[in-house]
Amino acid sequence: MAVLVVADHDNARLSDATARTVTAAAAIGAPVHILVAGKDCAAVAAAAATIAGVEKILLADDAQYARQLAECMEALILSVADKYDAILAPAASNGKNYLPRVAAKLDVAQISEIIKVVAPDTFERPIYAGNAIQTVKAPAGAKKVITVRGSAFKPAAQGAKVGIEKIAAAADPGLSTFASEALSHSDRPELTSAKIVISGGRGLGSAENFHLLDKIADHLHAAIGASRAAVDAGYVPNDFQVGQTGKNVAPDLYLAVGISGAIQHLAGMKDSRIIAAINKDEEAPIFQVADVGLVADLFTALPELEAELAKRGH
Amino acid sequence: MKLLVPVKRVIDFNVKVRVKADQTGVETANVKMSMNPFDEIAVEEAVRLKEQGKATEVIAVSIGPAQASETIRTALAMGADRGILIKVDGEIEPLAVAKLLKAVVDAEKPDMVITGKQAIDDDANQTGQMLAALLGWGQGTFAHKLEMNDGAALITREIDGGLQTVSVKLPAVMTTDLRLNEPRYASLPNIMKAKKKPIEEKSAADYGVDVTPRLSVVKVSEPPRRSGGVKVKTVTEFLDKLAEAGAI
Repeated sequence: MAVLVVADHDNARLSDATARTVTAAAAIGAPVHILVAGKDCAAVAAAAATIAGVEKILLADDAQYARQLAECMEALILSVADKYDAILAPAASNGKNYLPRVAAKLDVAQISEIIKVVAPDTFERPIYAGNAIQTVKAPAGAKKVITVRGSAFKPAAQGAKVGIEKIAAAADPGLSTFASEALSHSDRPELTSAKIVISGGRGLGSAENFHLLDKIADHLHAAIGASRAAVDAGYVPNDFQVGQTGKNVAPDLYLAVGISGAIQHLAGMKDSRIIAAINKDEEAPIFQVADVGLVADLFTALPELEAELAKRGH
Repeated sequence: MKLLVPVKRVIDFNVKVRVKADQTGVETANVKMSMNPFDEIAVEEAVRLKEQGKATEVIAVSIGPAQASETIRTALAMGADRGILIKVDGEIEPLAVAKLLKAVVDAEKPDMVITGKQAIDDDANQTGQMLAALLGWGQGTFAHKLEMNDGAALITREIDGGLQTVSVKLPAVMTTDLRLNEPRYASLPNIMKAKKKPIEEKSAADYGVDVTPRLSVVKVSEPPRRSGGVKVKTVTEFLDKLAEAGAI
């Protein structure tokens, strides 16, 4: 049966999580269609059209979708839901916002943040901050509404360009309006799709000291993350947060600096290929999961690390 | 303005959960239970609105076993005015919770429902959104800041990459993120006072809602364990090991 993936994007760029969600969708059924809803987002639809395994793009280009407000997205997705056996969205802030509305209106349970498609109707998802994995089975005959944890799936490859079909906007329910936004701009790779992530914790001690990570990140082309403790202490904004209540990342290398390793933090990064840690406390729980641990004071280790990376030509 | 605050009883966030040997769930016997931390933030926000004179009544509602009345008492000790306990034994999915809450909203007619963005047990992050959809209301999820503005709620939300502010018509549903406020500890006099506040007891059948789970849980298993690797003392060794692993 046909599967719909709702694209995550900012009207200019398609998020990497969308291609990862297509991988999950293809394991559930075929054909896979992608719905791109936005305003002046033709470039996003064009990018979506080259994801391998996708048969068709649905494009709803209308002012009401400029910010993907939940109430408008609900109405739009419901207007095409009939044709699909499963509806998926990346478990990003947009998908998490609108998809449960769709599930409720379809009178089905949503399956949140799947990390594995065991069978087309059976999925694994983390519960208790990833301290347990629940395998759930959807009832026969019911539509499946699913959010997908991007870090658990590889992005679908690029393929031949498929057609883009324009669809009509649904009536705007008029329940909410966009007022303003404050986004942090960064030239660094995006946290959830970066190959290398360097995260800082309370051990850095201050917002100023947090910048010690910048140069290391420059050398390694890494994204910068943080533990909840560092966010709560005001060193960095919340969108840096990795963990149960922040973002989930699974890079090639996760370097934890001055992070003790609370279970809530580990929940957000334990699927990284290599975990490395710098901490002066030899007993810190982070070392129980780190493949490589440097037991050292970070204030001496970081400058040394920077110099050594430069020396080695990184 | 009347506020409804749904609160959930969950395993305390400090407890290290253990998967049962028969893989039917996690061990809950003799485990400390508390109010879901995001719901505490919701109670705090509602009580502050009342203290500022913007809300007239705060009703805490919990759906769960008889002991969920303790969770309601916690909300009452923080400053909620009265409670509603809908007794349900066993697992209950967010969709069924949303349907029960809709029935409560239909009866109580609050101007706003404020609840946590997710419960730290099932990590579903669905109930508030589902409730808003079933009611045909607008929503402001993952709230970082709330301002009341003439028949609308101006809600600043934590989103990927920063903050977004939306204006949501009342009545509305708001779900709370961590930085909205810091919940208070209930004082002893307020804990004593809370014992006298009323809690109404209901059942799912009173509201005509079928709470049978839709999904079947095949199993609950331990996540794959990572084990620690090598510990080194120098930056050179550290980088050598990372290079060996192909990580840099």
